[in-house]
Amino acid sequence: MPAVLQVRDLRTSILKRVSFTLSAAECIAVKGPSGAGKTLLLRAIADLDPNQGVVTLDGRDRSTIAAPEWRRLVGYVPAEPGWWAETVGEHFREWQAASACLRKLGFSEETRTWPITRMSTGERLRLALVRALMVRPKVLLLDEPTAALDAASEAAVESLISSRIQAGVAVLWVTHDEAQAKRIARRRLVVEAGRVCQETDQWPAT
Amino acid sequence: MASYIELSYWDLAAASVLVLIDAALSIIFGLRIHRSLLFAATRMTVQLALVGLVLTFLFAVVSPLWTGLAALGMILFAVLEITQRQERRLSGWWSYGLGTGCMMIASVVVTVFALLTALRPTPWYDPRYAIPLLGMTLGNWMTGIALGLHTLTTSLVSRRASVEAQLMLGATRWDAAAPVTREALRSALMPTINSMSATGLVSLPGMMTGQILGGVSPTEAVKYQILVMFLIAGGTALGAVAAVLGGVFRLTDGRHRLRLDRITAVKPT
Repeated sequence: MPAVLQVRDLRTSILKRVSFTLSAAECIAVKGPSGAGKTLLLRAIADLDPNQGVVTLDGRDRSTIAAPEWRRLVGYVPAEPGWWAETVGEHFREWQAASACLRKLGFSEETRTWPITRMSTGERLRLALVRALMVRPKVLLLDEPTAALDAASEAAVESLISSRIQAGVAVLWVTHDEAQAKRIARRRLVVEAGRVCQETDQWPAT
Repeated sequence: MASYIELSYWDLAAASVLVLIDAALSIIFGLRIHRSLLFAATRMTVQLALVGLVLTFLFAVVSPLWTGLAALGMILFAVLEITQRQERRLSGWWSYGLGTGCMMIASVVVTVFALLTALRPTPWYDPRYAIPLLGMTLGNWMTGIALGLHTLTTSLVSRRASVEAQLMLGATRWDAAAPVTREALRSALMPTINSMSATGLVSLPGMMTGQILGGVSPTEAVKYQILVMFLIAGGTALGAVAAVLGGVFRLTDGRHRLRLDRITAVKPT
């Protein structure tokens, strides 16, 4: 598989130099203790914090792509997504296009008019995931997308993302759950105190 | 203007007894404010006496240079006040620079506009018109700009997640900051709207009453007051837009990131 995302010597004031490549239809699990810099790594790739180094997408240098365009290509879903309007529907440009995806994650048509304040943490995580998928990014940066979910919702989210991976999307997936890391990815990045190391599992991903 | 009554220094001395009564009350009730009260009263007297001297000088020379310098001095004091009211300031030169820029834009555009269209004194820079005009409007612009900047920085910090959520989905920095920008502009303009609604019913503006005391007919004084209120509204809007947009520009960057690291928090003085 060709490399989609290439990261070379990426670093911030806290994050130490990191280099790795991510292929199309590949998922890498990102692990490490809380506060180690996993979120900072994803933010740096999405160019949300000042950073140095070279990041390319399909061979195109990030610095030649306008930042808004870059973030549509490399979608980031934070662990605590933000909301700028009152109702759920206002956060989706095209509700109809999103509704198939939303149904898969257990939302009904009437969710559209619900206020965001009524949604639980887990519901917000899933809504934010769909919101990001609607932009159709080539790379997804997911920060613990199943952290606050019950088993059924977790399975639904995993299968939704898997279907995207099979369609060619490359994913960087932060997780604390060892079993999940084995399910979703063959390779992993381990972040510790701002340092990033690569590991490969011996067993094949299922 | 035959009806004008001049005040003697004895009149002022008599009126100052009222302040001394305040001080006495403070001592009797143990309020412990008599020191600051007397200090403030003295400071006010000295400041106004100096302003009287400066204005007398300015009116005597009628020079564009001295009028300009006096205006600049007033603007810089206003900027100092704007910056010191902020709990979160822009880092570096921006904190004072942005305030100065906005006040300059508002002052130059609005004052020159008023002098060239409505008032048309000869010469147009006649300090008898230019300086009082600035003095009446500057304080209101200052309040508006300070409020706008305060709301902007506070909201960007408290609503960081919602602004960044839009950035993450590919919004530009201006689109992502639009809700906060609107909120900041609204809060900058609200005091002007409120004061325009209340003027005449709740309060008689000092400038208008001053003219009436000076013997000008009430209808003429009212016309001046309306002009001044419009200048306040115009200058506040102009200055606040410049300040808030400048603030958004500074607190984001060319890669459309939110740069809250460019805010320094200070304790309000």
